[in-house]
Amino acid sequence: MTSTLQTPRPESGASPIASSLRGRQLPRWVPPALTAAAVLLALVGVFGPVGAWLVLVGWCVAAVIPIWSLAVEGSRKAMDRLVTLLVSTAFAITLFPLGSILATVVSRGAPVLSSEFFTYSMRNIVGEGGGIYHALMGTLLITAAAAAISIPIGLFTAIYLIEYGDGTRLAGWIRFLVDVMTGIPSIVAGLFAYALFVIFFGPGVRMGVGGAVALSVLMIPVVVRSCEEMLKLVPNELREASYALGVPKWRTIVKVVLPTALAGIVTGVTLAIARVIGETAPLLVIAGLTDSVNFNLFDGRMATLPVFTYFSIIVPGVPPGPSIERAWGAALVLLIIVMLLNLAARLVSYFFSPKGER
Amino acid sequence: MGCPPGTTAPSERLTIVTSTQSPERRRTTPTRPGDRIFRGTSLAAALLILATLAGVAVFLTAEGIPGILASPDEVKHGTGFVDYVAPLVFGTLLAAILALTMAVPLAIGVALFISHYAPRKLAAPLGYVIDLLAAVPSVVYGVWGISFLAPALVPLYRWLEDNLGFVPLFAGPASATGRTILTASIVLAVMVLPVITAICREIFLQTPRLHEEAALALGATRWEMARLAIFPYARSGIISASMLGLGRALGETMAVAMVLSASGVVTFNLISSTNPSTIAANIALTFNEATGLTVNALIASGLVLFVITFGVNFAARAIVDRRKDFSGAN
Repeated sequence: MTSTLQTPRPESGASPIASSLRGRQLPRWVPPALTAAAVLLALVGVFGPVGAWLVLVGWCVAAVIPIWSLAVEGSRKAMDRLVTLLVSTAFAITLFPLGSILATVVSRGAPVLSSEFFTYSMRNIVGEGGGIYHALMGTLLITAAAAAISIPIGLFTAIYLIEYGDGTRLAGWIRFLVDVMTGIPSIVAGLFAYALFVIFFGPGVRMGVGGAVALSVLMIPVVVRSCEEMLKLVPNELREASYALGVPKWRTIVKVVLPTALAGIVTGVTLAIARVIGETAPLLVIAGLTDSVNFNLFDGRMATLPVFTYFSIIVPGVPPGPSIERAWGAALVLLIIVMLLNLAARLVSYFFSPKGER
Repeated sequence: MGCPPGTTAPSERLTIVTSTQSPERRRTTPTRPGDRIFRGTSLAAALLILATLAGVAVFLTAEGIPGILASPDEVKHGTGFVDYVAPLVFGTLLAAILALTMAVPLAIGVALFISHYAPRKLAAPLGYVIDLLAAVPSVVYGVWGISFLAPALVPLYRWLEDNLGFVPLFAGPASATGRTILTASIVLAVMVLPVITAICREIFLQTPRLHEEAALALGATRWEMARLAIFPYARSGIISASMLGLGRALGETMAVAMVLSASGVVTFNLISSTNPSTIAANIALTFNEATGLTVNALIASGLVLFVITFGVNFAARAIVDRRKDFSGAN
C-alpha cells in the first residue's frame, strides 16, 4: 500500500496525483462565459439596432472554445466541444425561420385585421376594403365536414386495430398502409377527390364537399394513429374488470375504454384538424375560389382561407397593394387558428389526461 | 365450476357437456347483436381505409389514362405525356434532394441537441418549439418565402455567381427576384426539418441507457458516446426518417408553387431565373385554367407523383418495421 502511494514522485505542482489522473482542462468558467457572451451577441444582432453581422461575431466567440480546448485539452475533448458547438448552432439555425415567419406574418398581418376584415366578403370589391368572411366560413364548414367524415372512420379503425384485430395479419396490413397513407401528397388527395366527383358531376366540378373528402384522406391516417396510441395506453385491467362484471365487449369499449382514453383522443383529433385546416393544394383543385359567401357544401365553388391567401398574393390584380395586404391578414388569421388549435390540444392533454399514465 | 369436485377427468367432462343439453353450454358468452354490430362497424371502417387507398390509385388511373394517351395537339402543353412529365419529375427530384441535403444534417443535429445536449428540463419545451414549425400551414411558408426569403437571398446569389460561377450549379445569371429552385429547396428544407427531427429525436431517446453509460464508463466523451452508442442504434431510424422527409418534400405543393418562378426547363443551374418546375407545383399552377384532356394529363402527372411518394413511403415504413423486429436492443 505505502509503495503504491509513493510511486508518483512529486515533480512539479501541489497535487501530483490529481494532475496525473486528470489531464489538463480549460478553466471552469471559460465555456459558460464564452457561450453566454456568444448568445448575448447573437441576441443583440437579431433584435438590436447594430446589425445581423453580430450573430457571426457571436458564433466566432463561441468557436474559440474548441480551438482553445485543442491547445489545452487535446484533440478528443476539442472534438467533443466542437460537436457541442455545431449541434447548438443547428438548433439556433432552426429557430431562425420560425422566428422570422412569426415576426413577418404578425407585423404585416396585424395592421390589416379590423372588424370589416372579418365581416365582409369580397363580393363586388375592387381595390381596397373587403374581407375574409366568405373564406373563413368556407374553411370552417369544409374542415367541419372533413372532421365529421374522418373522426368516426378513424376512431372505429383504431378500435378495430386495438380491440378486435390486434395481432391479426389484416390489422398488421392496415396499420402499415395507414402509415403509408400519412405520406400521400396533399395535392394527390385533391386530385383523388376531383377524379371521384368528376364521375358523378362531370368535368370541371368544384364543390365544398369535395374539399372535405380530400381533407379526410389526409386526416384519417392522423386520427387513426393518435387514437390507436391512446387506446393502447388504456390498462388491460380495466377491460378485464368490466368483462368480469359481465359487461359485453362493445359496452366495455364505449363505457370504459373510450372514456379513459378520451383526453388523448381529443388531443389527437384537435392536432389532426390543425393539420388539415391549413391545407391549400387539395382545396385549390376541388373547392376553387369565389368572392361570395357560400354556405352550401354541395353547390359550387367555396372560398377557403388558404386558397384565398394564395390567390390574393399570386394574382393580386390592379392595384396589387390592398390584395397583398389582405393576403397577409388572411395568413395571420390562419396561423392564429392553427396555433390556437395546437395550444388547445396541448392544454387538453395536460389537464385531462389520467394521472400517472404519461 | 358447477360440477361436483374431483369426480370426472377433463375429457369425460367434455363428453358429458357435449352429449347432453346441460346448463354448462349456456355459460359461454353469447354473441349479442350489439357486439356484432360494433365489430362489423369497426371492421368496415378499417376496410374503408384500404378501399380509400385503392380508390386513390384506381380513380387517378382511370382519369389519368386518357391524358397519358392524348396526342400532342389535343393538350395545351403540346407534347407527348412522357416529354411533358419527365422535366417535372426531374424538377421534383432535384428540389426534394436539395432540400434533404440541407435538412438531414441539420435535423440530426437538432434532434441530438434536444435529446442529449440540452438541459433535461428544457428538452420538452424545445421539442415543442420545433414541432411548431410543422404546424405552420404551407401557404404561410409560401407567403413568407415569396416576400421575405426570396428577396433576402438575392445578394447571396449575386455573390455565388461572382465567386463560384465556375461551378455549374451556380453558373447564373443570378435571378433578380430570388425565386429560384434553391430558394424553393430552402423553404422545403425548413418544412421537412420538423418531420425528420421528430422521428430522430424519438429514436435517439430510445437508445438503451446501458449502451450510453457503458460508453461513458469507458471514458468516451459525449460525442464519442453519440458515435459509439447512439448512431449505430439509430442508423436505420435516421434513414427512414430521411425517407419520410423525402416523401414530404416530393409532394409539397404550395410553397414551391408560390416561391418558384418555374419555366419547366431541365437544368442544374440553381440560382438563375429559369428553373425546372415540380409535378405538384405544376398541377397547382395550371389546374384551374386547364380544360379537356389537359386536366387528364395533369391527373396522370399526379399519379406519377403518387407512385413515387408511395414507393418512398413504403420503403421507409418497411425499414422502420424491420427495425422494430430485429433491433435486438429492446
